[in-house]
Amino acid sequence: MTVSQRAAPPVRRRPLLPYVLLVPALAVLLAALGYPLFRQAVMSFQEYGLAQQFGQAPEWVGFDNYARLVTDSYLWTVLARSIAFCLTAAATTMALGTALAVLMTAVSRGPRLTLQIALLLAWAMPHLASLTVWQWLFESQYGVVNWLLTGVGFDQFTGHSWLLNPLSFFVVAGIVVVWMSVPFVAFAVYAGLSQVPAELYEAAALDGASGRQRFRMITVPLVKPVLLIVGLLQIIWDLKVFTQIFVLQDAGGITRDTNLIGTYIYRLGLGEGQFGLAAAASWFILLITVGLSLYYVRILIRDEEEL
Amino acid sequence: MTAVATATLPERRTPPRPARSPSRRRRRLLGVLTVVIAAIWAFPVYWMVNSSLLPYNRIRNPDPTFFPLGGTVGAYGRVLEGNFLSSMRISMMVTLITVGAALLFAFLAALALSRFRFRGRKSFVVTVLIIQMIPAEGLFISQFKLLEGWKLLNSVLGLSLLYIAAVVPFTIWMLRGFVAGVPRDLEEAALVDGCSRTQAFFRITLPLLAPGLVASGVYAFLQAWNEFTLALVVMTRPENMTLPLWLRTFTDANRVSDWAGIMAGSVLIAVPVMVFFLLVQHRMASGLVSGAVKG
Repeated sequence: MTVSQRAAPPVRRRPLLPYVLLVPALAVLLAALGYPLFRQAVMSFQEYGLAQQFGQAPEWVGFDNYARLVTDSYLWTVLARSIAFCLTAAATTMALGTALAVLMTAVSRGPRLTLQIALLLAWAMPHLASLTVWQWLFESQYGVVNWLLTGVGFDQFTGHSWLLNPLSFFVVAGIVVVWMSVPFVAFAVYAGLSQVPAELYEAAALDGASGRQRFRMITVPLVKPVLLIVGLLQIIWDLKVFTQIFVLQDAGGITRDTNLIGTYIYRLGLGEGQFGLAAAASWFILLITVGLSLYYVRILIRDEEEL
Repeated sequence: MTAVATATLPERRTPPRPARSPSRRRRRLLGVLTVVIAAIWAFPVYWMVNSSLLPYNRIRNPDPTFFPLGGTVGAYGRVLEGNFLSSMRISMMVTLITVGAALLFAFLAALALSRFRFRGRKSFVVTVLIIQMIPAEGLFISQFKLLEGWKLLNSVLGLSLLYIAAVVPFTIWMLRGFVAGVPRDLEEAALVDGCSRTQAFFRITLPLLAPGLVASGVYAFLQAWNEFTLALVVMTRPENMTLPLWLRTFTDANRVSDWAGIMAGSVLIAVPVMVFFLLVQHRMASGLVSGAVKG
């Protein structure tokens, strides 16, 4: 199929048409993402606080905002915390998701379908609904998690408030994030696995390859593109996790000890009205995100050139 | 090679029969493990429905009730009394606008990207990719200022605009895979048979794209229906809350007294999405992968 596409002659008669087709999408992206991005860059070099919000002209301060941020140890704490949380959650999600995908290929139809439906239910849950349910599961007095742990013999969990301690706060947040992210990984990897033609395995088996060798030489290379892109999305998503942290903080977390990048910027900007500082922080985070994913971008762009 | 492999298979497969029974037992064991994992994964969803049906005295009990026998739907009545319905109206409007506009815009763009070779094509594709890496948290401050400047704060239109921009890159990405999957030969055959370019498009290409459009539409639907962060930033007035914002406020107000009501609210928000999702999930996963891998 790809061959016929490549062989097809490019349409040259209407060179304007493709650009016209791109206009609506481009216009929306420029208005709602491009302009704010630019505006944010400008704001990050200005003193832009509550006074400016009420009409006073913003004052140019050069790199002051950035300097203030970089010298504030709290930013680095938040950043380190975010990266640690992101990598832990993303790694756990990828490992569990891939394991479940492999499991799906190994079992018969009945169990596979059961697991797929369960994963779908978790995947389909709106974030706020699942966060609310998990709050209820971890509720200190009537929550079923504490009941279970106490029942098993951990008496210290009677009436335990999970969200008050930063570490257990992040355990809960991590469980919620992993619970809702695993289905996507499992399905994507499973789809990738089932695209591997069975004949390849059979041919390799005929050539005397062991099960492990077949996995390493056939499965891994063929599924690698899927793993790469899913892994990248996971890292990006887990780095910008906001809703989960914000809502759990609302439910009783100690804000200062549990802020991640997203909630930090939110509270800095919309909470304290320090828009200039928040804009600088945003740019800072943007660069870090892009930096983290540069490796992936390079691979994807290289693939793109093969088209 | 394929022909050889399939031709030789039947005779090769028969000998190792006796060695199979341990692997069959292993398979069954794995099956049990799979079902147990499934049960654990689905438990929160079950618990949500279960709790929403329990009366006060049963839900506020140190020993949890695992089956809603003799349950009540009173909690759902309590939910509908509040401003759930007006939030639902806002959510539906925002979602409809987002899905419609995002599908149309992304479809046109996908068409351009996969059916034409033009200058700037590759950089557009790369831009679409990179846009997906921009953390929303890195932008909402200035998106807030943008809508404030345009007097679009607290408006359905303003929120929709942000949602469309958030959804369009990924939708283009997905649809591009689907459009590229429609063989060009088919269109050209129709042209040879005397169809005009427009006819060929509407009769051949569009029907073949329907699954892709449905999948991308559902993706956009889910994003707009579930989104929380931007709604929180942009919809500051209580009467303009979308459903996720409503659920958060409702939870905070009833945390101490009414978990059944909170769970009922969660069920009401989740069920439409789940039904939608179960109908089309298969296409979403494969569409994503084909969009990502085949381009």
